[in-house]
Amino acid sequence: MVQLPPLTPQYLLGLTALVLLLVDTVSPESRKNGLLAGVSLAGSMLALVTSGWFLLAGTGQTQPFVLFGGAIVVDGMSLFFTAIFASVTSLVVLASYDYVRDQAYLAEYYALVLLAATGMSMMAASNSLATVFVALELTSLPSYVLVAYLKHNRGSVEAGLKYFLIGALSSAVFAYGISLVYATSGTLVLSDIASAVSSTTFVGVLGLGVLMVLGGFAFKTASVPFHFWAPEAYEGAPGPISAFLSSASKAAGFVVAFRVFTIAFPLQQLAGIGVDWALAFAILAVVTMTLGNFAAATQERVKRMLAYSSIGHAGYVLIGLAALSGDNNSFVLGASMMHLLVYGFMNTGAFLFIALAEYWGLGRTFEDFNGLATQAPVACAAMTVFMFSLAGLPVGAGFLSKYFLFAGAIGAGLWWLAAIAAANSALSLYYYSRVVKAMWIEEPSSSLDIDSRPVGLYVAIVAAAVVTVLLLPAFNPVAHTAINAAAALF
Amino acid sequence: MWIEALIAVTLLGAFVVLLAPDAWARKLAFALSLLPLAGSVWMFFTYDATGNVLLGGSPAFATKIPWINLGPYTLSWFVGVDGISMPLLVLTTLLTTLAILSAWTPIDERQSQFYGLMLFMEMSLIGVFTALDFFQWFVFWEFVLVPMYFLIGVWGGPRRKYAAIKFFVYTNVASLVMFIGFLALVWTLPVNTLDLPAIAAAIHNGGVGSLYGISPNTLKTAAFVAMFVGFAVKVPVVPFHTWLPDAHVEAPTPASVMLAGVLLKMGTYALLRFNFTMLPDVARNLAFYIAIVAVVSVLYGAMLALAQQDLKRIVAYSSISSMGYVILGLVAYTAYGIGGATFQMISHGLISGLMFMCVGVIYNVAHTRMVGDLSGIADRMPITAGVFVAAAFGYMGLPLMSGFAAEFFVFVGSFQSTVLSGNAMAVFTAVAMFGIVIVAGYLLFAMQRVLFGPFRADTDHEIVRAARHDVAAIVVLVLFVVLLGIDPNIFYGMIQDAVRPILALVGGGL
Repeated sequence: MVQLPPLTPQYLLGLTALVLLLVDTVSPESRKNGLLAGVSLAGSMLALVTSGWFLLAGTGQTQPFVLFGGAIVVDGMSLFFTAIFASVTSLVVLASYDYVRDQAYLAEYYALVLLAATGMSMMAASNSLATVFVALELTSLPSYVLVAYLKHNRGSVEAGLKYFLIGALSSAVFAYGISLVYATSGTLVLSDIASAVSSTTFVGVLGLGVLMVLGGFAFKTASVPFHFWAPEAYEGAPGPISAFLSSASKAAGFVVAFRVFTIAFPLQQLAGIGVDWALAFAILAVVTMTLGNFAAATQERVKRMLAYSSIGHAGYVLIGLAALSGDNNSFVLGASMMHLLVYGFMNTGAFLFIALAEYWGLGRTFEDFNGLATQAPVACAAMTVFMFSLAGLPVGAGFLSKYFLFAGAIGAGLWWLAAIAAANSALSLYYYSRVVKAMWIEEPSSSLDIDSRPVGLYVAIVAAAVVTVLLLPAFNPVAHTAINAAAALF
Repeated sequence: MWIEALIAVTLLGAFVVLLAPDAWARKLAFALSLLPLAGSVWMFFTYDATGNVLLGGSPAFATKIPWINLGPYTLSWFVGVDGISMPLLVLTTLLTTLAILSAWTPIDERQSQFYGLMLFMEMSLIGVFTALDFFQWFVFWEFVLVPMYFLIGVWGGPRRKYAAIKFFVYTNVASLVMFIGFLALVWTLPVNTLDLPAIAAAIHNGGVGSLYGISPNTLKTAAFVAMFVGFAVKVPVVPFHTWLPDAHVEAPTPASVMLAGVLLKMGTYALLRFNFTMLPDVARNLAFYIAIVAVVSVLYGAMLALAQQDLKRIVAYSSISSMGYVILGLVAYTAYGIGGATFQMISHGLISGLMFMCVGVIYNVAHTRMVGDLSGIADRMPITAGVFVAAAFGYMGLPLMSGFAAEFFVFVGSFQSTVLSGNAMAVFTAVAMFGIVIVAGYLLFAMQRVLFGPFRADTDHEIVRAARHDVAAIVVLVLFVVLLGIDPNIFYGMIQDAVRPILALVGGGL
């Protein structure tokens, strides 16, 4: 019997990117948006199906597949996150079909999306700091270009430039951190680092290295202190790309952080020599969620509000690393993974709704959404689901994952962290409901007139909403898989 | 399967109505709401539970199936009713049907959305009163906010946007405080589910441990306070009441009916189930402060009502006063106290719903609710005026109305209570009884001016007879109020059955 290679989803994503470029090479002159979007969608859906199938079949979950001399690992966690990336990519390319219809360089656009997705799924499977760095760059470089894709739009280009500069800086910091860790441990493979550092005498060098590596993740996950690119990049980027970056790219940063910090720097050993990174993450979590939420509450533009809310959600997910000091580690980390999965649907959907509004040529402020529900009730109902689910009301599964995170923090004795998170969550209801209020409660302005129903965007938004809602009753498989995958790390 | 059937019917009904054209929505919603009403009445007659479901009793119509498996922890779909939740279930389905009827006149735009949300809210409320797994209960508890936010925000009065967001954020913050308090308690228990009977049993077997250096007793007290504050906002008790007048005044009549009639009872129901059933020892330690909060709510709410000119505000503030009696009855820990408090939840649900409907009927015709604008309208609207007066007497506790039975039980129960040393509870009861005098004062004064005396109406609308369906709704409701007043045992028997195990916790009642 032929066995599929464990990295099949990654191969599929990468191959799809190459096929897209090939299609474009065969007939560079003709416009073929439908074909390109179809190929991208097929490729990402196939990657989703295979990773889902591997998860169900238990591939690598009892005994992880360790490949290439320990540089790559395929286990429950890598498959779980690959499934997230593939789902988000599918939604994004589906929405892009309408959004980029009139732009030049379509094949390059789709190929870059798929390449970034490949990089993300490689990040999920990286088991060595070297592959982590390479995969991170494979994700980042296409992302810079995609943000600046609307090259006649000043906002887009400016956002791309900012993103690139801060990205380059944080990559440098990250690489320097890796070198310091290498200096103390003499290896780059995560599990070997753990055994090497537990007896190191260079605690200061190691601590600095860990801190710098943490900085690299903070950039990718848009956490404080490397968060300030996010509002600019998300606001300036094309709508679907904002969705892609804020959901998938963030999750990719987190999966690496989960793996590196639990395997290479196990808390019990590092706390023993004085490097208590859980406390660092707890502080980061508090600062990130508070800053994200307060900034979001003061925004006048919806997309910028979502950008800050996305920073706030990074803060919630950081609880998963901050609360690892207790005896519920697999539950807490699993809750973080669940939150990232649900977030992959609800946040992607919210940004795609913004993409739809951009497509319709609506303005950017809350007022521009006034009375939109009278014209487009289906899309507005979906957006309402996303907003309430992000706010932690039980119209979608965001409720479950968020409360599991709070519960995990309480269980680890971090009352104050749970209380701050809860206060933030309550505050978030205020600004999320502003969107809902604008759409359903405010009177429409007289100029509001919407006549087109872009199929791709609509299907993507409705699909994201349906999944967000259905995950609420049918959360068991997600929760089960996430907790088992998390348990395998300890 | 009956509870699941009720939830499924209301949820499906909500979607059907949402998609139906506006022209049919009202009749369709009314017809669909009769199904859960009939179902709950059938459940009432075939009800066979014994004892208190949290304290080893056997619930009726129970089902339990695993929902989410979280490593060592399991969340379940676990529903069932006992003598405390069964009457509340009937109250919910009855009031929803009548509230839908009372919406026929005032709601004239976006009707299918309105009635769809009403049914959705009914679904959530049924879930709240029947859920026996904490997480599932919490899902329904939070669900309720969503339709109410829209009902106030879209169909409300001039300041509806402010009132809606205030209600939304205020009650959501309260839920979070409660959530943290309860889970901190549960994490120390030797249980790996969130099913409420198991949690209650574990607490009573002394299972509360210390959590990161906090001793079990301090933890229990802290959790009790967190949950009390969380639920107190929903009830609401003074000083957490400020969202209520705004929400009530701006909400359309049917939403006010549901808010006063059922949503406030979620708070007292949860207080009874969580604080007073699970942590009776803490409740007794804090009884002095709780009793003060109760008495202050009774008197301050009544005095606020006294100062209002808007009929709806009067009724809204008087709800705060009436809910104070519930708290007083609960903290007494006597058979009449807790039983009376539970009965007061039902009675107040019916009567305050009725009062809001009457105010709504008058407003539908006169388009004003200000006491000073109207005088002597009883001539033009005789039935409405009659029912309104009956409702007011019910509020004041006239014998043969359900309000009499409820308040009498509460006063007897709290007067006898020895939860505080000396005659402290008797003194508190005596002071709280003064609230009745104030109620009589403001209600009679308002009635006298609006309904009787020479006819005068400072409004552009002619005062005519109310619409037939409006009158039908209030007449049906007043009949239930009288029925429960004549025979409180319709519900009181099963309530007592469920209350007795709670009293056994504190040594057979105090």
